[in-house]
Formats: sequence, structure tokens, C-alpha cells
Amino acid sequence: MRAIGLALRQLKYEERSFRRNPAAAFFTIAFPLIFLVILNVIFGGGEIDTGERVISGATFYVPAIAALTVVNSCYTSVAMSWVFNRDQGVLKRIRGAPLPAWAFLFGRIAYTVILMIVLTVIVVAFGRIFYDVDIPGTTLPAVLVTLAVGAFAFCALGLAVASLVPNADAAPAVVNASILPLLFISDVFIPPDAGTPAWVEHVSSIFPVRHLSEALQTGFNPFETGAGFEPVHLGVIAAWGVAGLIVTLRFSSWEPRV
Amino acid sequence: MGEAVIEVRGLRKRYGELEAVRGVDLRIERGEVFALLGPNGAGKTTTVEILEGHRDRSAGDVSVLGYDPGRHEVALKERTGVVLQQTGLEPYLTVAETVDMFRGYYPRPLPLDEMLEVVGLKEQRDQRVRRLSGGQQRRLDVAVGLAGDPELLFLDEPTTGFDPTARRGAWAMIRSLRELGKTVLLTTHYLDEAQALADRVAIMVRGEIVAEDTPAGLVAADADAVIRFRAPEGTAVPKNLGFGEREDGLMEARTTDLTRDLHTLTGWVLDEGVVIEDLTVSRLSLEDVFLRLTDEGEGEEAP
Repeated sequence: MRAIGLALRQLKYEERSFRRNPAAAFFTIAFPLIFLVILNVIFGGGEIDTGERVISGATFYVPAIAALTVVNSCYTSVAMSWVFNRDQGVLKRIRGAPLPAWAFLFGRIAYTVILMIVLTVIVVAFGRIFYDVDIPGTTLPAVLVTLAVGAFAFCALGLAVASLVPNADAAPAVVNASILPLLFISDVFIPPDAGTPAWVEHVSSIFPVRHLSEALQTGFNPFETGAGFEPVHLGVIAAWGVAGLIVTLRFSSWEPRV
Repeated sequence: MGEAVIEVRGLRKRYGELEAVRGVDLRIERGEVFALLGPNGAGKTTTVEILEGHRDRSAGDVSVLGYDPGRHEVALKERTGVVLQQTGLEPYLTVAETVDMFRGYYPRPLPLDEMLEVVGLKEQRDQRVRRLSGGQQRRLDVAVGLAGDPELLFLDEPTTGFDPTARRGAWAMIRSLRELGKTVLLTTHYLDEAQALADRVAIMVRGEIVAEDTPAGLVAADADAVIRFRAPEGTAVPKNLGFGEREDGLMEARTTDLTRDLHTLTGWVLDEGVVIEDLTVSRLSLEDVFLRLTDEGEGEEAP
């Protein structure tokens, strides 16, 4: 019981540290919102041919930016904060205190997920208010499950990459270089009718970002008649999450690396 | 013998080719302030970090308050406090928030205000950690180490980088810990710090403990005193007096029987009618002992 209280209490300190760190707060909150506005202003009023049907630009970009939010909050921010705190000795200091490791991790991950949910709600509300994008109805459970599986997988991958990055100097390069190209080839920034070659789509189908964006596209599709679950996409995302977890458990460290 | 709080036998730590700790034995009793003294790179921090649970050991038995620190048990961490060599505190929290956060991890924490008072950070309680000076951050480290009212406190070079006033303050604080019956394991490369604070001192050189005693005992174990003087030019000092000439021209001898040796020297001076200058008799300092021991340690390793 006491450990659960300690884990919940970590949320308070995570929130304060995050809120007062201007670089982290800007990058995590403003970054997806800026893309949301820019991409919608440019393409929101147009039409996008997904290959199966034609939808408005905003209908495409709301789930696409939701996917960006998951990737950015979970993968990028978790990886960066873990490496920076590890280099600063913050993690080492916590490890010496009688706070169970899982309780510390819970505070960090739970705060990240809460932030991700808030940002996703903002993204959806933005689409609804300015572009009349439909809010998922019957597909809402599928959207929530997709977000949950995505959050798990990208947090695990964020911790995994953090455990492979040698130090804070290398973190921005490794983290951004590993994720930005995927965002461009996985139907997040660039819509599927832009003429992306088939082989690029095949390559990006190996990685989890495309599966996340496609699963969210289904969930936000106004013409979707079923429940909107995408078991294959969810399976690939979850498999990446498990791989991330294994790498994390094997290589992660609380000690600064010299 | 009192109750052992820390017991270490045959501790070894290897990093690839380098063996940083080479068979250390330690026994620290409840209520002691024990100093691990040695030059940089002697293996002090490695040893202490193994005891804290921050590093794995390559070989040996380690018991801290009856626990094996390598198992990361919460019950052990609740009873110990750690002040690491480098600060590692969340930069965006305030002083009070930081101490409070750590207080919350322990079942019986010390009162917040009392702790800020002890480390002298009352004025800075609402300042962000990143805005503190180096010395203030170090004092905050100590407050965090004390947060859980620990029975055993590890202090890894607690005053490195302090100005003289801050050092005196830290010393007073460590002495007050002893009065409270806490056991303190301190590492330092300052000899005066070990001499001023420690009940017992172990000198560590190149991964091994080369001497262990009370500060006074370490000094006495060698020789009681040193006699030094300057002989006039051209005067040969008889070999049987046991003096050797130093680089600066002073004659020097260590003695365990000061009265007799001084009598022999002054007898020769009076008999021969020579005039000697700068005659001094001084007790050996811990520094003399330390330098001799570390020189020997280096010498053994030399190719």
C-alpha cells in the first residue's frame, strides 16, 4: 500500500519538473500542436485519396498528428529525459533511496501517458472545432486500445533506446535520427496519395509508426462501419513494445556512463 | 568488540584488466566515524559504492546492517543515507520540494525545517536547485542523505570544493551526527579532515588498505618524533647518531626514544663545540605517515 502511495506521489514531482523545464515542455506540447496547425492550414481544406476512399485533409491529419503525439510524448520525451537524468546522476540518487524502482518508473510513464491523452484530446478538439472532423463514436474503444498499445510500445522503445545511448550528448542525435525518417515514410507528415513508392511503404511496414498511424486512421474514419479494431497493426506495435521491454530490462542502467 | 554495522571480507572489484579494489577487509562498529583515506584513484569511491549498492562486486563478502547491499533491498535503504561524490538532484525542483520528496521515501523522516537549519539552507528553501551555488548544492546533498534519519551515513568526499568556512560547518555537522549515535563512513583525500573527524582511519592505496588505526595510533605506530637541525658547513655529523641529510641540507632523524637521542645529539654538540642551527623536534603528523605509506604503495607498483 505504501509503495502505491509513493508511486502516485511521484506524479506530483514529475509534473513540477516537467512544467518548469521550458525545453521539455515546449518540445513535448508545442511540437505536435505546431504540426497540427501547419499541416491543417496547408492541407486541411483539400482532399486526400487514401487508396480506399477520398477524405478531407483534416480528417487525415487529425489521426496522423495523434500518432505523432504518441511517438513524441512516449518515445522521444521518455528517451531524452531518461538519458539526461541518468547523466545528471538523478537516477542514481533515486536508486539509493528506498523508493522501489517500479514506483519511480510508474510516476514517469504515467505522467507521460496523461500528457499524451491531454494532447490527443486537444488535437481531436481542434479538428472538430475548425474542420468539422468527426469524433470517433462506435470506433472509440478501438481508438483507445490503439492509443494504449501505442503508449506501451513507444514508452518501452524510448527506454530501450535510452539504454543503448551512451550519454546526453548523443541522445538528441540518436533519438531524432531514429524516429524522424519513420514519421516521413509512415503516413504521418506526408499523406498516402503523395506518390510514395511501394518499396518505401514496405520498408516502413517493418517499423511500428506506420502501423500506429494506419490503426488510428481506421479509428477516425467516418465511413468505418465496424468496431475499427486493426489486430494486425496492433500486433506489430505490441511486438515492438515487447522487444523494447526486453532490451530495456537487459541493458538499462541508473548509473551515469563515463 | 561492539556491534559491527559494516563487515567486509576479501572485497575485490575488477574493471576489465584493472583491479580497482584488491582484497579489502573492513569492520566498522556502531557509532563510529570511520574515514577511508587515500589519494585519487585509490579505490575509495568504488569500495563505498559497492557498500551503498551502486556497484556490483567481483568477489568477497559484504554485510551492511546485516544485509547484502547488492540485493537492493528497500529495508536496507530505509536505514542508510548516502551522499554521493557528485550531486544528482532534479534541477527544476526547489530546495524544500527536493528534501520533501526524499523525506517521503522513508518511514521516519527528520522534520524538514530542522534539516534545512542543520545544513544552513533555510534562506534558500524556495530556490530552484539549478540556481544554487556549488557549495549550496553539496549541502542540499547532505540534507537529502539525512532525510530518512539514517543509522548509517555514507559521505563520499563531503567537503571537496568547499571554502574553509563551509568545511568547518560541515565538520561541525558530522560531529553532531556522531553525538546522535550515527555510524558514518567517510571518504576523503584531506588528511586534516580524517584527523579532525574520524575515530578510526584506514589508508587505501591502489586498491588495498595499507594501514588502519585511530589517527593517533597511525602516527604513534611509526615513530614518536622527528629531530631536525642544520650543521655548519664542513662539519661531518658522526654516523652513529643516525641522522641523514635531506635535499635542503637539514639533518633529520626519526626517533622512538626522544630523550636519549636528543641527549646524544646535544652531547656531541657540546663536546665538539660545534654550532648547530634550526634545531627542531616535532611530532610526526598524519600527513607524514600518509605520504610514507602512499610512497611505498607507489613504489611497489613501479616497474
